[in-house]
Amino acid sequence: MNFLATLRVSLKALRINKLRSGLTMLGIVIGVGAVIVMIAVGNGAQARVEDQIRALGSNIIIVISGSGHSGGARGGAGSQPTLTEDDAYAIAREIGEVQAAAPSLRGSGQVIAGNANWSTLFYGTTPDYLEVRDWPLAEGRGFQSSDMNGAAKVALVGETVAKNLFGDESPLDQVIRVRKVPLTVIGVLAHKGQNMMGQDQDDVILMPLSTARNRVLGGVQAKVRSIGAIMVKVRQNADMKAAETHIKELLRQRHRIQPEADDDFFLRNLSEILDAQEASSRVLALLLAAVASVSLLVGGIGIMNIMLVSVTERTREIGLRMAVGARSRDILTQFLVEAVTLSLIGGFAGIALGIGAAEVIGRTAGWRIELSGAAIVLSMGFSAAVGVFFGFYPARKASRLLPIEALRYE
Amino acid sequence: MVQEPVRAPEPAAPLVRAQELVKEYPAGETVVPALRGVSITIAAGEFVAVMGPSGSGKSTFMNLLGCLDRPTSGRYWLGGEEISTLSGDQLARVRNRQIGFVFQHFNLLARTSALDNVALPLLYSGCEAAERRARAARRLDQVGLAERMDHQPSQLSGGQQQRVAIARALVNDPRLVLADEPTGALDTHTSVEIMALLQSLNRAGITIVLVTHEHDIAAYAGRIVSFRDGRITEDRPNAAAEAAPEIAAG
Repeated sequence: MNFLATLRVSLKALRINKLRSGLTMLGIVIGVGAVIVMIAVGNGAQARVEDQIRALGSNIIIVISGSGHSGGARGGAGSQPTLTEDDAYAIAREIGEVQAAAPSLRGSGQVIAGNANWSTLFYGTTPDYLEVRDWPLAEGRGFQSSDMNGAAKVALVGETVAKNLFGDESPLDQVIRVRKVPLTVIGVLAHKGQNMMGQDQDDVILMPLSTARNRVLGGVQAKVRSIGAIMVKVRQNADMKAAETHIKELLRQRHRIQPEADDDFFLRNLSEILDAQEASSRVLALLLAAVASVSLLVGGIGIMNIMLVSVTERTREIGLRMAVGARSRDILTQFLVEAVTLSLIGGFAGIALGIGAAEVIGRTAGWRIELSGAAIVLSMGFSAAVGVFFGFYPARKASRLLPIEALRYE
Repeated sequence: MVQEPVRAPEPAAPLVRAQELVKEYPAGETVVPALRGVSITIAAGEFVAVMGPSGSGKSTFMNLLGCLDRPTSGRYWLGGEEISTLSGDQLARVRNRQIGFVFQHFNLLARTSALDNVALPLLYSGCEAAERRARAARRLDQVGLAERMDHQPSQLSGGQQQRVAIARALVNDPRLVLADEPTGALDTHTSVEIMALLQSLNRAGITIVLVTHEHDIAAYAGRIVSFRDGRITEDRPNAAAEAAPEIAAG
């Protein structure tokens, strides 16, 4: 008996019991559908986290000035201005893993524009800052070297600042007063949103480093080239750990720190927090997939259950088939093909259901959904495997019946 | 009604030759003997009725003849081929090619057309679909059901169902047709119809072995073998075999 004939016999047997076949398939339909939806939801969550990571820059190392101490009381990180602008340029120049490094001076204060005012953060920095932060401009232009050299009275404003000072008006070419220093807005930063800590990254003003030091912050810092922090962007796919080590070595050498002495700076990076976030979303995705797989397993057991009932119910049929010449393996194949057909048809229906449900969930719950081709192929393969695995026992049971006993079965 | 001779009788070699067949079934610690040494020879073209009360071993004997079971000891040749040493798959092949079964309860596949029921054995002998249909249709026509090929068993009377079963038994041109109480589930009138059909098939050359416990059914056969306690107690020709009245089939 060839396979095609077996297939036809099996399909016929399934057609004869349409309702039962349908109900049996339902388990697999739900199982496969659940796997696809859950993986889509899990992947969506993961992709969202990955986007956040990209927005924040997981390949950024922040170098912060060391802590100073006066009379036994140690200040926090950055309290002693040990870093200089030149450290930043040296890092950018000498370390292979580094794509760009931007020195920055931080300040905060009241900003006034016309009759509006707003308290915000400002950074004095270099054009590299935008490259390091992957931060495009929504309108206007960035700093040029002439701005840097001449401590030009120009500024870039974040979206939040622009909104609070100018409402719906364009801030371009308007004058804002930062700590009473008038600066002309030459550009608006693109929307960046909140960072992982919930801080609004768009609530910021950027100005040339020289402008911040010489005009806005003034005081002692005007005299030296010291800065508060250096933002370092490591090249894509470069080793973060190696970059950190090299930065550390370079700065220790530049600051002439004795081998046994502590660093006078700190290195921070976001990648650990982000790794943890990513790991937790991966765990979530895995968990969802595991839960869905359980339902697929339950669907498989449903198939086994029905196939076992079917073997018992059709014992006389099996006996007859054997009497007219079916070999054990013909019976085995028939029942196996029935089980696999059930689970494959269920699998296809499940894929359709899963894709549909994922779309609906994405639209109604507003979640990001990422349908995975691999998940579809995998759950298809899995449902076929379920058919073979759970169909095998009943099929073997059927094929091992003795023809005389099967024929006499009441 | 019968349109073609299926197989010419072969008087030289006996179709069935059984030698000291013993069949024992284990029952707990002991074994229960069902057959205690049965030897018989059946020539091609015979119509044999096997009789006996229940428990006499006649069903066990039929199972052995039909290659549905293997003897505990003894030897059995069908058409010169020794059966007692064959494997399960080989037995399935013998059942498929050389034996046709007719059962008391018809054993038709439910919700399956008469044509597909008749074609079932051909499915296992590797026939092409078109040939299966053609041969099944020819046999249904032979038993007078040409008009009801697409009917399902539930749409047929008991007698018609048994005719479908007989067509199925014939579809592979078997050497031997085994009928186990073929009239047991039928009324008297229909029983006579079925016996007439079997007789006409026998006249066309088909060897038939029939199991029954009814004397008036056995009376249609040309030879009556009686069983009791696992042994043959009587084996006599029935020269005065009753000719069943030919009733128009259908």
